[in-house]
Amino acid sequence: MQVTVVGGGPAGLYASTLLKKERPDWEITVYERDPADNTYGWGVVFSDATLSNLREADTKTHERITDAFVRWDPIDIHLEGESIRCGGHTFAGIMRSELLTILQERAAEVGVELRHGDEIDEGDVEELVDESDLLIGADGLNSTVRTTYEAAFRPSVSMGDAKFAWFGTEKPFDVFTFVFRENEHGLWRVHAYPGRMSTFIVECTEATWEAAGMDEKSEDEALAYVEDLFADHLDGHELRSKLYAWRNFPVVECGSWSMGEDVVLLGDAAHTAHFSIGSGTKLALEDAISLLEGVREHGDDVRSALNHYEKERRPRVEGLQDAAERSQRYFENVERYWDLPPEQFAYNLLTRSGRISYDSLKLRDVGYADGYDRWFETQASEATTEPLAARPPLHQPLSLRETTIDNRLVGSRPPSHEATDGRPADGYVDDLRERAESGPGLLLPDPIAVNATGRITPGTPGLYDDAHESTWADLVETVHAETDAAIGAQLFHAGRRGATRPRERGLDRPLPPDERWEVYAPSATPYAPGGPEPTAMDDSDCERVRDAFVRATERADAAGFDYLQLHAGHGYLLSSFLSPLTNDRDDEYGGSLENRMRYPLSVFDAVRDVWPDEKPLGVCLQATDWNLQGLKTRESLQVARELADRECDLLSIVAGQATVRERPRYDPTVLTDFTETYRNESGLPALSTSYVTTYDDVNTLVGSGRADLCTFNG
Amino acid sequence: MQIGIGLPNTLDADRETLLTWAERAEDGPFTSLGVFDRLVYRSTDPLATLAACIGYTEDIQLVTSIVAGPLRNDALLAKRAATVDRLSGGRLTLGLALGARPEDYEAAGVNFDGRGRRFSKQLNSLRESWEDDEIGPEPAREGGPHLLVGGDSDPTFNRVGRYADGYIHGGGPPRAFERKAEQARAAWAESGRPGDPDLWGHGYFALGEDAAERGREYLLDYYAFTGPFAEKIADSLLTTPQEVLQFVRGYADAGCDELLLFPTVADDDQYDRLETLIETEWR
Repeated sequence: MQVTVVGGGPAGLYASTLLKKERPDWEITVYERDPADNTYGWGVVFSDATLSNLREADTKTHERITDAFVRWDPIDIHLEGESIRCGGHTFAGIMRSELLTILQERAAEVGVELRHGDEIDEGDVEELVDESDLLIGADGLNSTVRTTYEAAFRPSVSMGDAKFAWFGTEKPFDVFTFVFRENEHGLWRVHAYPGRMSTFIVECTEATWEAAGMDEKSEDEALAYVEDLFADHLDGHELRSKLYAWRNFPVVECGSWSMGEDVVLLGDAAHTAHFSIGSGTKLALEDAISLLEGVREHGDDVRSALNHYEKERRPRVEGLQDAAERSQRYFENVERYWDLPPEQFAYNLLTRSGRISYDSLKLRDVGYADGYDRWFETQASEATTEPLAARPPLHQPLSLRETTIDNRLVGSRPPSHEATDGRPADGYVDDLRERAESGPGLLLPDPIAVNATGRITPGTPGLYDDAHESTWADLVETVHAETDAAIGAQLFHAGRRGATRPRERGLDRPLPPDERWEVYAPSATPYAPGGPEPTAMDDSDCERVRDAFVRATERADAAGFDYLQLHAGHGYLLSSFLSPLTNDRDDEYGGSLENRMRYPLSVFDAVRDVWPDEKPLGVCLQATDWNLQGLKTRESLQVARELADRECDLLSIVAGQATVRERPRYDPTVLTDFTETYRNESGLPALSTSYVTTYDDVNTLVGSGRADLCTFNG
Repeated sequence: MQIGIGLPNTLDADRETLLTWAERAEDGPFTSLGVFDRLVYRSTDPLATLAACIGYTEDIQLVTSIVAGPLRNDALLAKRAATVDRLSGGRLTLGLALGARPEDYEAAGVNFDGRGRRFSKQLNSLRESWEDDEIGPEPAREGGPHLLVGGDSDPTFNRVGRYADGYIHGGGPPRAFERKAEQARAAWAESGRPGDPDLWGHGYFALGEDAAERGREYLLDYYAFTGPFAEKIADSLLTTPQEVLQFVRGYADAGCDELLLFPTVADDDQYDRLETLIETEWR
């Protein structure tokens, strides 16, 4: 059996060592374009030092690598004037050159043929594939093997937004260190970690990079600039560079990691993960182990071995890539969090990738985590002294105007259709009462229609006559009497999404023609194909609906609700004014974003006028229409800022359903990401409507400043 | 989690085998009977096969996993499904997806391109037919058979949230199912549908060494149109009791509501082995 490995980095060397050990009869040759003693690169970091699978795969390599490891476990975060340490994050680092030497020696020991200085181009690859029974493409980020067979591997390479450069320094850093520093050009981040020589990565946004004139600076000038900027952390040591360059991080993903009968990609050639979670090398080594297991399982049946490898590895690698992507997005958008208090900034940084949660921080460093709880409680309770012991963030109160929400859980339920002519059914009211008893800080029933044409289905509850008001008033009274929960009302008008069948059997399916009512919208375009054509609202319609909102608001106050929220999302009436997909008016309510938001904002203002000053008023806002021609997040953020100027008290972020033509991303974290953006960009408290099922999630989201309240489906 | 068994309707099984399996499954540990859909293949029609099983069973759920929806005329499909549902006393679960085989579309004289858009419309129109009276029969269950949508893409989850009663996963290790199930739940929650989506999974088995080899060959043939991916599917074949149990437990842990195990060899022996295994080790 002839095995050819293109690329003599960690993936290629380790894979050939393992395969040769397992099958001494196989002939294995590694081609590497660089000379054997090339010392390109600084330290590489393993985010998990145990690497027990490494020990099992080849004890000798494991011993030699771990002997050379520098280990540490805390992370230090330096902000202006603040320094925060959190322990328990076991890392191990090794200089890249040392790792390569160990792997080269070990490969040679077991009888792998190493050919350094051999550059392989695309023609060579095809020739090598013909000659080999297995060809391993372990040739890194810019893999020639991958490019040769693009059609089969279906790679996608997307470039990150931020600029970064790797440096080394003699200054000893004893732990993983993040430094954030703002100067006249922008906010700079440093990722530094220990090693025989410390690694010092500098990162910033493209805007900062340009403002600092980095594109025009020579290597020496750039080094001087960075040394000067971080002089207090470098303690007089200088920075060194190898192959000086500012780059954007490329994320490599492939549709397939193997091709035909006998070609496979390993390590960076197949997948990359952002350097900020320090796992690229770990992934490469584990790829090699997984390939070995495939060979153990299937022997000379190479195709099956490759399947085994991909089947085992892909879910793990993709999970890690997800986390890396989140971490990358965090570092590309640090400016957004810069206004958080330092304690929360650090907590947010530690939990950025989604792999470390509130509970896991407790396990890693209970001192740090408890300290954070105490700080959080002090903030939330506006106390002057820190308590000795604190409860987790989800149990902390949130004050909005004069309403205090006892904890951060929001009890909600999907839209019901158990009302008769707008009056909620008894069973529905009982269900809400039960939900209130389960202990949410805020109970927020599904949207309530401001008039009969604003209902979604015939059974949508309303708040437009005395019977409705008294039913809600009874519920509010019971909830207040029996629980500590605050209770809110969410007012809406369904717009062109009205007059549909009950939702049990699908969304937006119009009622049979004889059961429909007239529906209203900014423009006369039906929501669903074949659905009823809405009446384009004229001035008097606009005024009438605004009045309906105002009257429902007055009734909500009379019924005793503690909080009021206007629904301007999901393609309901208010959001359909905002979206260019659903608003083609040519009056003052259509056209530019400024015009499109005018009507919803006028409703907000009218409602704020009659809603008592001491009670909070919030808005449920659409983050995106999931349609290239639709409302953009950038525009919607503009609406959020307008709302912030109008002293809106809470934002609740939703996405999609503006039209049936959409390309939503259904990912459990997508709404959380939006919520976090809106909260930190607009400065308004935010309610996350994401699919959250554990207290740990809630503590993490609230603790890290990604949300202030969470709907809870536990 | 409940467990269903697939009928060998794409395995060239004879009448005797198909109907015996159906009859036995009714009394065994299984809660549903699954069938596949393939036009250009030596297989039996999914809905016709289930219809034949009606007389041999009483309670067991009858499931298409899956039927390629856009391959079929909306009204005819609605009628056939309503018929099976009505005659079986409301036991039909209609699993639908796009169907990935161009040759099936060609043979049916239906456009392969644009089938995604047609599929969304079809789901709506099926619901309409079942709820309105124009096209009979009235299904046994109000609103029609239980409707599941399968697939991987974001539009799939959009369809699940918008039209279906749940999601049916196309197979793979429990971890893969878990990720998709999360997406389905998120889509459901975001669309504001009441309750939770039903989550179905499926796997392939061939118990015993001899069967394993034949099962593998069948899968390579059945999925030949996917190129090298067929190998991956064949590799995931469950060939030992241990593998089956690990798979079953993995799916249960991942929140699957019902898992369909499909045979890849149409021997009675295969039925026996799975039944014994599930009866003794799972329940």
